[in-house]
Amino acid sequence: MVTVAAPAAVTDGEWVRRVAGPIRRVWRLLFSVVLTFLGLTCVTFFIGRVIPIDPVLAIVGDKASIETYNRVRSEIGLDLPIPVQYWRYLLKVLHGDFGNSVITSQPVLQDLLRVFPATLELSLLALIIGVVFGVPLGVIAATHRGRWQDQVIRFGSLIGYSMPVFWLGLIGLLVFYAKLGWVEGPGRLDVSYDDIVPVVTGLITVDSLFAGEHDVFWNSLGHLVLPASILGYLSLAYVARMTRSFMLGQLKQEYILATLAKGLSPFRVVWVHALGNVWVQLVTVIALTFGNLLEGAVLTETVFAWPGLGLYMKNSLFNADLNAVLGGTMLVGVVYIGLNMLSDLIYPLVDPRARERR
Amino acid sequence: MSAALTWRGWLLDPAPVSRRQARLGRWFRAWLAFQRNGLAMTGLCVVSALVLTALAAPLIADPRAAILQVLTERLQPPSASHWFGVDELGRDIFARIVFGARTTLIIVALVSAIVAPVGLAIGLTAGYFGHWIDAVLMRITDIFLSFPRLVLALAFAAALGPGIENAVIAIALTTWPPYARLARAEALTRRRAEFIEAAELQGASHLRIILSQIMPLCLPSVIIRLTLDMAGIILTAAGLGFLGLAAQPPAPEWGAMVSSGRQVLLGQWWVSTIPGIAIFVTSVGFNLLGDGLRDVADSRSS
Amino acid sequence: MSTALLLSVRNLRVTYPGDEGDLVAVRNVSFELGRERLGIVGESGSGKSTTGRAIMGLVAAPGRVEADEMRLGGTDLSSLDESGFRRLRGKRVAMILQDPKYSLDPVMSVGQQIAETHRCHFRSTANAARAAALEMLAAVHIRDPERVYALYPHQVSGGMGQRVMIAMMLIAGPDLLIADEPTSALDVTVQHQVLAIMDDLVRSRGMGLILISHNLHLVSSFCDRVLVMYAGRVVETCAAGELAKATHPYTRGLLASLPELGRRRAELPQLRRDPAWAEG
Repeated sequence: MVTVAAPAAVTDGEWVRRVAGPIRRVWRLLFSVVLTFLGLTCVTFFIGRVIPIDPVLAIVGDKASIETYNRVRSEIGLDLPIPVQYWRYLLKVLHGDFGNSVITSQPVLQDLLRVFPATLELSLLALIIGVVFGVPLGVIAATHRGRWQDQVIRFGSLIGYSMPVFWLGLIGLLVFYAKLGWVEGPGRLDVSYDDIVPVVTGLITVDSLFAGEHDVFWNSLGHLVLPASILGYLSLAYVARMTRSFMLGQLKQEYILATLAKGLSPFRVVWVHALGNVWVQLVTVIALTFGNLLEGAVLTETVFAWPGLGLYMKNSLFNADLNAVLGGTMLVGVVYIGLNMLSDLIYPLVDPRARERR
Repeated sequence: MSAALTWRGWLLDPAPVSRRQARLGRWFRAWLAFQRNGLAMTGLCVVSALVLTALAAPLIADPRAAILQVLTERLQPPSASHWFGVDELGRDIFARIVFGARTTLIIVALVSAIVAPVGLAIGLTAGYFGHWIDAVLMRITDIFLSFPRLVLALAFAAALGPGIENAVIAIALTTWPPYARLARAEALTRRRAEFIEAAELQGASHLRIILSQIMPLCLPSVIIRLTLDMAGIILTAAGLGFLGLAAQPPAPEWGAMVSSGRQVLLGQWWVSTIPGIAIFVTSVGFNLLGDGLRDVADSRSS
Repeated sequence: MSTALLLSVRNLRVTYPGDEGDLVAVRNVSFELGRERLGIVGESGSGKSTTGRAIMGLVAAPGRVEADEMRLGGTDLSSLDESGFRRLRGKRVAMILQDPKYSLDPVMSVGQQIAETHRCHFRSTANAARAAALEMLAAVHIRDPERVYALYPHQVSGGMGQRVMIAMMLIAGPDLLIADEPTSALDVTVQHQVLAIMDDLVRSRGMGLILISHNLHLVSSFCDRVLVMYAGRVVETCAAGELAKATHPYTRGLLASLPELGRRRAELPQLRRDPAWAEG
């Protein structure tokens, strides 16, 4: 009679180790995040300092006296050594002070909070479309490798991630808005619907539903459809391609053979077992896709006159509003860092192997 | 006829007698595998067409036509005299597309020339020497990895003014991290290999070992990754051009051409559409080529 | 040991079409199996694993499986399509693979994977399946089945992983078990334990067993009959106890090259291959 000892009951020492493991991981993650954030601030600080325009002159004008010039210079703090200037800059940033916008004369932070939800609404919808359709398409392409489903999906994906988004947007507007009239035009809402719905989340679709304003809801949806579909298609292309690649990798594994040998249906083998292992890798892909969406917002919002962060930054750029540009850069950078952190945290939820310190 | 047969036979000889024969034979077999893939060959054709067009631009189209504004002829549709039509400032679009290929190629080449050496240098150093050097370099790599490309280019343009150089720098700054990671992974794997120890025992310096032994092993993955990335770089550069941040007028650049045709999109669709098609086709070409190269590399290693 | 015929295979042939001609992995393999233990021995590439997979219908396309006869009890295997095989797998014939690290789904707990087999074949409720899985874990001599149920494959040792594998594959009560190198990835001490458990279960359930291995010693000490394969064909069939009297030069060569405690030899003889064996 053969027996085997099962792992011993959990001792106190082991409990400490079990809790300490994840805590240590979170600690390291925070450390890395802080370091990256500091790096980001360094870059924005550096860019801000490198501008050819003399900020002092911008304030005092070129007819001021030397004393006025020097006085203003020390007021701004430009006579201090660079590390000190950086420190002051960092403190300001941590308090959310990005300076004032030249155009709106408002604090940049306020402007950013006003415009960001528009970008968020569009990007979230596009991401959802991309994942909800992209993942199944990738799975289908992998399981029908070489057959027509695979060819069609790969072809569609290829077009998607080779396509310049601004061009597709223009063509889309031309065909679906100007010629066919199927969707609403540029902008988030028809002018007549502006300011009817009180801002709660900043996402017009959500806010209008809360307020019960169904006309506004449908109108905003009509404006969202085209840009979200286009962005959704581009995201879908990337997600489908990566999913297909990951799935092909999984389908070669031994455990797939074993699950088939158990007598499970191919459906379960693919959609529960193989796909279950692919989610781990897809977390990074989804975070990347969302990052791409935010980043490409500048182009999309220009084409669709979408009043979000991208359009704000572009206008600031052309109005030489450096504070606004750098503030926007910082915001996008922070969101990027946040996305990375989030995917690192989600990882152990999806992959049991990542749950303990190896 | 028989000469070609002998060449082929020599290259495919299963028992090569010299290192050169073995190496050339490997390359030839890889080429044969690549050739079998129709899509990959299409990609190669497109990329070759781009390179040839860019290099031979003055022979294909009149350089003055790309810049010369003939306002009496503005907004002509495609015809025999103007194959792609005329834009809103009276310039021949075909010529601008041809010369725009140069701009595209320059950006792609410059970015590659910066990204590959820098990424390899950092990654190989980090992986080879390990310890604190690795930690520091990887920290730096991670920081750059989390910068948004387009937005950073925007910020650069805001500070330094628009222009191709700034666009190239911005794109390069955000593109090199994955190559460092690739090189580091390769260096870490090979570091403990016996042939490296053998080289050390022979008295090879670290630099020599890195350059002659480890780096060649990274090159295939780097090249494949670069080709695939180029598609994205072209799209980003076109995006910057669309915003007016890359090549400055009157220099022809495909993204800028799409932008300038926006006002007349409804009536004169060709002004925006054709440059967009050029961007799209080039991007597809690089993607197909990169996929094809990767398929060949995968099948060789499996 | 009943004499009812469980599996009969006649002239099994597995071909993989290729660019440079077809590769015949298994050629004209024939054998019969009752409720006994048959060992199939051979080196890598001898076709032994492919034979096992062909019986379960797991030869991946573009491979082609042909046979004059292939019957499992009353079912004709050579005319089955995929859904036909699926009904058999797990329920009437099961397979154990080599390394539990790779043959278990990494992101699902081992208990759930065992219960999954039960639910698939018996349409049981979650609770019933869990209970059956716990019972099965106890049957493979795992102490504290409740605790092991919740573990993930990377958290269990090799020996325990193979027990889980056995539990997972036998829970639906198949008649025939095909074990493909079940102990090759294990330490020597653990190998015997796992084999003993497998032996125990096979005997008590009256199952037939095909043990595929490259280890001649293991097979001869564990099985009733031995099949020796080389280059896709069977070159020798005999009872395990009579291996020493084997006639085929390949088998004799294998036997001679095995180190033996108590027999002093200065040099182990090398197996010299005769191309004629591939024709034979």
